[in-house]
Formats: sequence, C-alpha cells, structure tokens
Amino acid sequence: MTVSSPRRVLSGAGAILMAPVALVARLLDPPLSALQRVGGTNGMAAFFLLPNMAVFGIFVLFPLVINIIYSMTGGTALFLTDRTFVGAAQYQRLFDCRSYVDPKSCTDDLFWTAVWNTAGFVVVQVVFMVVVALVTALVLNRDLKARSFWRAVFFFPVLLSPVVVGLVWRWILQRQGLLNFGLYELGLTPVNWLVERNWAFAAAVGVSIWAHVGFYALILLAGLQAIPKDLYEAAEMDGTRPARVFWRITLPLLAPNLLVVLVLVLIRAVQIFDEVYVLTGGGPGTATLYLTQYIYEVGFASFLRNPGLASAASILMGAVLIVLTLFQLGIARRNEMRGKR
Amino acid sequence: MKKTKTLLVALAVGLMSSTAAIAGDVRVMWYSDGVEGEVIKDLLDRFMKENPGINVILDDVGYKVVQEQLPVELEAGRGPDIARVTNLKTLADHWLDLTPHIADPAYWQANFGDQFDWMRPDGSKIIPGFMTQLTLTGGFANKTLFEQAGVEIPGADATWDEWVEAAGKVQESQQLNAAIAIDRSGHRISAPIVSYGGNYIGPDRMPAPIDEGVKTFARKLVEWTETGRMNKETWVSAAGTTYRAGIDDFINAQVAYYYSGSWQIAALSSKIGDAFDWVATGSPCGTEACTGLPGGAALVGIKYTQNPEEVGKVMDYLASEAVVKEFTERTLFLPAHKSVAAGALDFKTDDANVKGALDVFVKATGQVHPNANALPAWKWATPIYGVLVTRISQVMAGELSIDDAFVRIDEDIKAQVEAAQ
Amino acid sequence: MSRVTEFIFRRRGGRGWHWTDAFTWFWLIGGFVMMFGPAIWLVNSSFKSPAALAEFPPTILPYVTAAATVEGHEKPLPLYEVTQPDGSTKVLAEVRRVGTVAQMVDPAVPGETVRVNIQDRKPVREVAFAVTNYVQPFLSFDFFRYLRNSVFVTVMATIITLLTNSMAAFALSKYNFRGRSFVMLIIIATLMVPLSVILVPLYSAITAMGLSNSLWGVILPTVATPTGVFMLRQYMLTIPDELIDAARMDKASEWQIYWRIILPLTAPALAVLAIFSVVWRWNDFLWPLIVLTRRELFTLQIALNTYAGETNIQWHFLLAMTVVTMIPVVLVFVFLQRFITTGIAGAGLK
Repeated sequence: MTVSSPRRVLSGAGAILMAPVALVARLLDPPLSALQRVGGTNGMAAFFLLPNMAVFGIFVLFPLVINIIYSMTGGTALFLTDRTFVGAAQYQRLFDCRSYVDPKSCTDDLFWTAVWNTAGFVVVQVVFMVVVALVTALVLNRDLKARSFWRAVFFFPVLLSPVVVGLVWRWILQRQGLLNFGLYELGLTPVNWLVERNWAFAAAVGVSIWAHVGFYALILLAGLQAIPKDLYEAAEMDGTRPARVFWRITLPLLAPNLLVVLVLVLIRAVQIFDEVYVLTGGGPGTATLYLTQYIYEVGFASFLRNPGLASAASILMGAVLIVLTLFQLGIARRNEMRGKR
Repeated sequence: MKKTKTLLVALAVGLMSSTAAIAGDVRVMWYSDGVEGEVIKDLLDRFMKENPGINVILDDVGYKVVQEQLPVELEAGRGPDIARVTNLKTLADHWLDLTPHIADPAYWQANFGDQFDWMRPDGSKIIPGFMTQLTLTGGFANKTLFEQAGVEIPGADATWDEWVEAAGKVQESQQLNAAIAIDRSGHRISAPIVSYGGNYIGPDRMPAPIDEGVKTFARKLVEWTETGRMNKETWVSAAGTTYRAGIDDFINAQVAYYYSGSWQIAALSSKIGDAFDWVATGSPCGTEACTGLPGGAALVGIKYTQNPEEVGKVMDYLASEAVVKEFTERTLFLPAHKSVAAGALDFKTDDANVKGALDVFVKATGQVHPNANALPAWKWATPIYGVLVTRISQVMAGELSIDDAFVRIDEDIKAQVEAAQ
Repeated sequence: MSRVTEFIFRRRGGRGWHWTDAFTWFWLIGGFVMMFGPAIWLVNSSFKSPAALAEFPPTILPYVTAAATVEGHEKPLPLYEVTQPDGSTKVLAEVRRVGTVAQMVDPAVPGETVRVNIQDRKPVREVAFAVTNYVQPFLSFDFFRYLRNSVFVTVMATIITLLTNSMAAFALSKYNFRGRSFVMLIIIATLMVPLSVILVPLYSAITAMGLSNSLWGVILPTVATPTGVFMLRQYMLTIPDELIDAARMDKASEWQIYWRIILPLTAPALAVLAIFSVVWRWNDFLWPLIVLTRRELFTLQIALNTYAGETNIQWHFLLAMTVVTMIPVVLVFVFLQRFITTGIAGAGLK
C-alpha cells in the first residue's frame, strides 16, 4: 500500500489552489498586452506600480502629509478642521533646551529623554540583533539533522503578538517571577530585573531580540544557502584559512541580505513600542521610555491629548530616519554598482 | 466627520459598507472588569423579551476601546447609542439629554441626581445617564498578618503615618517585602492629598499651583519608597501615566496594607479565597480629613443616536429600581441609586470578608470631604492625576529631586492648560 | 567534501569535535530552551485558575488545593498537612478559619474538631488543569464568528499584499524610468512611520470612505507594506536581466514576464512574505481596535481585548484564548515552511 507523503499532498493542494489564479493571469494577458502596445514597455512599469502606490498614497502618504499640518496646530480636538493654527509653536516647545544632551534643561524633558533613550537602544539593539541573527543563521546553515525543526525553534517567537511577548517576559522577570524563583532555588541572590535601570534596559534589548531574531536569521539563512558551494571548494584548493573564507567569501556574498536585515532591524528598533511598553512600561523611572511611547502617550493615551505635539515629535523622528535611510541607500547603491562591474 | 469629509470624499475609492443604523437597533458599548458583562447581558435579554420591537446589541469591548477609540468616534459625530464610560466630564459634550425620552425624569433626579454634575458640561441641566456603580478609594488590611505579628489594626481615625508605622511593624515581624502598596494612579493618591489639605481647584475653577497638601503627601510617598515601607516596583517600573495595580502583592500577603478602592472587592474575594482574612479600613486620616475619593462608571446616551426613543426605553429599564438592585447584588458594586442604597442589599457572595468590606465603604461614603467630592465634576482632574503620577514616580526612581518635580508638575499642568485652550 | 567547507558548515562523524561543533550544539540547545521555555510556560499558565495566576512565587504546573468531602459538611473541605505538636504530620480538613486559628477535622473521624495555628499547616496541593478557562469563553464568546473575521482579514490582506507588492517590486527592480529612486526613497522613508503616528489622519480617511466598521477598512491600509516591497525588490535584483531580455526576444508581453518568469523565481521570497503577512495581519491589534467597534466584526485579537477591563484583567480567559489564537499561525508556519525549504534549496542550486 502506498501512502502519499505529506509534501506531495501539499504540493498537489498547492497546484489546485494555483489553478484559478493561473487562469485569471492568462485571461488578463490579452488586455494587458494591448495596454503595453499603447503605453510601451516603460508604460507597463507605471501599471505595475499603480495598485501599490494608490493604496500607499491614500493610506500612508496622505495621512503623513496631513500629519505635517497637524504638527502646526494646537488644541485637543482630533479633526483638523476643529484645530487652530499655531505655526511652529509645537516645534519651539520641543526644541526649547539649554543643552540638548541634558534632557532636564529642556521644557519638554520627557521628549529628549525619549530621544536619547531611543538612540542608545538602537545602537545596542541593532548590533546585538545582527550578530545573534548571523550566528543563528550560520549555525542553522551547518549540516544539521532536522534543520527545519531547528529553524522553527528560532522562528517560533515571531509568531507571537508583541503584547503576548511583553507579558510573558514580564511574568518571568518581575520581582516574584519565574527567573528569580529559579535563582532563589539555586541559592543565588534574586535581582529586581525591571526596577534596576541597567537590567531593565538589558531586558528591553533582550526581549526584542528574542521576539524577532528568527525573522532576520531566516533572511540571512536564505542568503547563505544561495552562496555557490564551488566557491568554497576553490578557496579550499588555494589553502585559504577558514576565517579568511568567512571574511572574504561568506560576508561579501551575504551583503545584500545583510543590508536588508540591517535596514529592517534599524527601522524596527527606532519604532520599538509594544513589547517594551508591556514589559517595562517605560520604567524604571523613564529609563526605557522610547520615542513611540512618548508620541503615543502625548497624542493618544493621556487624558488631555495633544495631537499637535505628538505629530511634531513624530515628524522629527521621521526626519532623522530619512537621513539614516539615505545613508544606507547610498551604501546599497555602491554595492549595486560593484555588483554590476 | 465634519468639514474634513468634503475634502476627503474626493479620495474615496468607493462606498463598501453601509453604516446606517437600522430602526429599533440600540448598540451598547460596554467594558467589564469582572462579571458585570454577563449580568448586563442577562438583563438586556430579559428587556428584549419584554420589548420585542427593540433589538439591543451589546458590544462588549476592552477598556482601551472606551478610553482611546470612543473619543475619536465621538469627535467624528458617530459612536454607539449607549456607552459605559469613566471619562465622564471631558467628553460630556457628546452625551444625549435623556430628559424628553425617559418616562419619569423626577425619578432619575431623585435617585441619581447627585452625580449628574459629574457627567454634564458645567452649568448644564441635562440628564445624560446614570452611574452603574459608585466607587470610593479606600484601604484594605491583611487582618491575619496583623494578628500573626501581634500588631493591633489602627482605628478609624488613625493617620497615614500611624498606618505605615503599624504596617511597618508587621513587615518587620513577618519578613514582608513591604508594608504597604498603593496603586500607581493619580486618582488614588488624590484622596490622601485632600486629607492633607490639598486642593487642585483654583478660585477661577482652573488648576491652581500645587499646594502644601500635595507636597506633604508626595514627600511621604517618596520617603516610604526610599525606606522600603512602600513597594517600589508598582510605581517605579513604568513611565508616564501607565496604570499599575498593587493588588497582586496584597493577594499574596506580601504587604500588610493596600490602598485602592471599593471596586477591588470582588477581585480580592475571588483571588484570596480562604488564604487570609482581610478587612476594608476606609481611608486613613491626614491633617484635614479622612476622606476617600469618589468616582465610578456611568452608562450614558450618545447624542448622535438615530433612535433616541429606544435609547430612553433601554435606559429607563436599566435604571429601574429592581434592575439596579439585581445588578448591584450580583456584581458586588456600590449602588449609586439612592433608594437602592438605602434599602437592604443581599450581595450574592458567601465570603464574609466581602459583606464587611462593602459595609465599611458604604459608611465611608458619608465622610467624603467637599474637596474630594468636587473632583469628579471638575474637568481638569484627570490631567492633573496623570502629571502627578509621571513626576512623583520619577522622583522615586531617583531621576528627579522632589523640588524639581514640584516645579515640573506646575509647568506640566500649565502646558496642558495652554495646549487645551 | 572539502575540509574548509566542512569546517564552516558541517560536522562529519568520526573525526572528533571541533569547537564549532560544540558551539553549534550549545547554540541550538540554548536556543531551544530560551525560545520554547516561555511559550511552554504560557501554555501552562493558561490552565491556571485566577488565584493561581496571581500567586507568588509562580508554580510550574497548575495546582489547586485538594479537597475532600467530610461527613456532616455540605461542601468539600480543603485538605491541609498539619504538623502535630510531636513533630509528626497528618492530613486534616479545614472546617473554618478565624484569624490565625483554624478549626480542622480529621476526615476519618468527622465528629472531632481540632484547633490548629495556621502556621503549622500547609495546603495539600494537586495538579488540576483549569479547563474552564477554555470552555467558558467558547460558550459565552462568539468564537467562530471572530475566527471567520480573522481568517477573512488575514487571507484577503495576504493575497492583495503579495500581488501588489510583487508588481511594484518588479517595476522598481527591472525597469529604468525617471523617478524610480524617488519612489523607492518614499517607500523606504515611510517604512519608518509607526502606525500610531498617522492614526488620526488615517482614521479620517477611512471614515470618509465609509470604511469604518468594515473589514475592508482593516485590510486596505495594511496591504501596501513597504517592508514587502523592499524585501521583494532586493530579491528580484538578483534575478539576471538576461532572462528578461531573452523573453522579450521571444515576444513575451511584460505581464507574461512578470507572471511566468519573475513570480516563480521569486517564490522563496514570496513565501517568506506570505508567512509574515499572515503573522502580522493575524496579530494586528491597534488598527483593528480603532476601526472595528461592532461585535459582529471583531477579529480574534480585538475580541480577546474584551477581557481587559479598567482595573482588572481576566488573565485566565485571556491566556487561554491567546493560546487558541496562536494555533492557526503555528499551523500556517508548519505548512508553509516546507515550501520555503524547497524554495531556498532551489535558489541555492542556481
């Protein structure tokens, strides 16, 4: 008796699912070919861009532009037409500082606290995240038994919602949580993880890495697997040292994937919110208060919301990010050029 | 949506859903801390059986929706027909005047009238709804811990200092983590602040600069945290206005005294069970008073409803004496209804601690200081609560000196007032 | 297989352990404990009663106090292990407790009550799974309707995301037109915008289109994910242009090139995006919370939030339902990950 393997069943199911899609695609061909005759090859580029850009324009870009207008209005009303124009007052408030490095000298001390906290978090988290993701990808790329199982192990937390992630770790790390219980049983001194500044920061970094590292490891793993084996064999014949192979072959060929990972990690780090909010609430004191939480509290959660101030803060945050992106895009451009040479 | 709509309509890709209300439908937005969602569902089912023409749909939502989403919807001129809310005063412009739609406004006035000012704009005479429950802040003591330590529970006129001292003795004798816990909430600490003579309301009904009452109690809070009398993490392990309850430490007998409020009674009963005996103590005294702070949630009609007549019928039913009585008895809430409160209540519990605690709170309602009673009807109260929590917890975390914090508190309040003008 | 390759990639039996082998196993086992530990604990906790959830220090397994029916008492009485004055221990049932003194009774001798100081007794505990955490919500909670809404949102959003993102990525990677870098820049710049920032204007737009309280209002704003466009474009850049040129020589239309060449070659990246889209949309919370206020439209995540009140959160229900909502994403991952395996292997061959 033959039993069809699960994979065959699946690909069979996949084929059945894809059949109507293929039919639609084929039916679309004649009108689209006609369109191409009218618009030319490059005209088709516009067609391909259109759906995405339309959605994008309405639901991302338009609100963003509105947001800039918001930042120049005051009051607690939510809708633009009910708000009064105040010019640059919100920005003035944010920038009213004797020294930008010392949040206490600023009118809006919490904003600058959040700015510096976020900067510190981004630097530390991005470095650790990329290193951990790379090590994980390298480990998973080895000749392992049950590799898909191990990959799933590291990927698993990505499936959890951020709120659940923050909550579970809060229960583990709180004073009477699982970790301290374990330490106590082992005869070690418990630590109040979420009340000590440095530990709370480490917890925020650690938990965000825990939650997302599988995602980035997966992207890097795909890149590692795409590196042709014969390159390594050639290097071996030349007697190249393994460390050198890693620096000279693995890393350069992994560069496109590393770039994707770097960009995504950086962006997510700047936007860090949900899991840390649930985990530490921004505490102890304001040690883990990050920008998005500041914006959220000012604009939405506090009883007297101030959407104008929140918008101004978010636009400043966006401006910094665009500079960072341009910088990274510059690197990407250079790499693409090098690839073409 | 108001005028922005015309601007946006140009961008509309198409009307995909109709949001028009069907005649006879009444939507109730409701959140639950405990069993009250099930109780109200029962009551509404009964109502619909008696009134086949009216279809009441209960949208059971999270508190976050009521707090953050509902205001957005209301500003857009939309929303449910009835909602259970706690942000009574700030949103008061959106409530419906029920007067023409209810059968007997005099009945409403007589039984719920005292709280109408909490939920209508200053100077207005409308009937917007009724309080589903009253709450009062107050303390709970772990009687068993006190007994084990051989410390007598302080009496009704004991001050905060005496309470902390007594609880501190229990802490030392019973090796507790802390003596007392207070929820991380500006509302909670405002009761003791009033007891120490504090008053937020200036002569022009605008926020006054913080006075000695605020400073005295803030100093005490910080001192208790530093000396380990008060649990550090409840206040320190969060930034901004985030609410954190200290209840878990009390449930686990890690503190001898917990200052929260009447709404915790049901949760305490179900989570402590038989582990220890606990008593409600009313509010400790300051130099001026021994007051708690009243509050609560209200069920209000929304101005934008298409079916005000039906809303009136539903509200009449839910506000009727028998229904309020049943609701109160099953949810273990303090009733806001005068004659229900005056009559005998048979709370549905077999936990002896609960009945005693409810009695204490009912009695404490009579001792509320006028300054505390004025706060629920004052629209700047909630912003001030938020500012106090934010800054005092920074002092506890060692980020600010207490005097800097006082300066910041005044500045923050001023900025909020300016931003809202 | 060459030594260097082996060095970096794999361990073969028989030649002893290199430090990288030890490290690999350290990483895998450590990862296993770190990654699964908290999740297993989450599942465990979902079977605890409200009182057990609030308990310090936490127990690994859900425990309840054992109880026994004793003659002469209507309800079962909780059992305690009592240390006798002579140091021996005995299991007694507690009738009532007044302050620090408990009145206890030996289940074997129901007539006699003994007074015991509560410091001398310890509850007898037994493992019990609070299945009611799961059953109760299914009775009072319109689970299948919420499930249907969640599935609809997730599936539709994922299909539209894959289609629009791959089309845009194709245009941005394989065509040279003026303003390409600009479009790319805008897309990446908006990657940076957290949802909470544009919430209010976005809500105005949705309301103006009549999409509030509609599942499409949840779906549409999420489908133009910059992350997806960016990821797919980076992947498509690695597809050689010669393939496209050859197809054009054969008079294939641009649509055919997209459909027959680009999409199949991008399959691994599409599978990855599909997984993420499913996970993101399934777990979406803040946006659906704003758009949907009617019970019949709730997705699972929003319905779960019902258990979070003002001062009290009903953790026992919340955790149980969280576990239930995790199951579909885990299943999707388990199934789709097979396609990724083949996809990545295929990409590795080229």
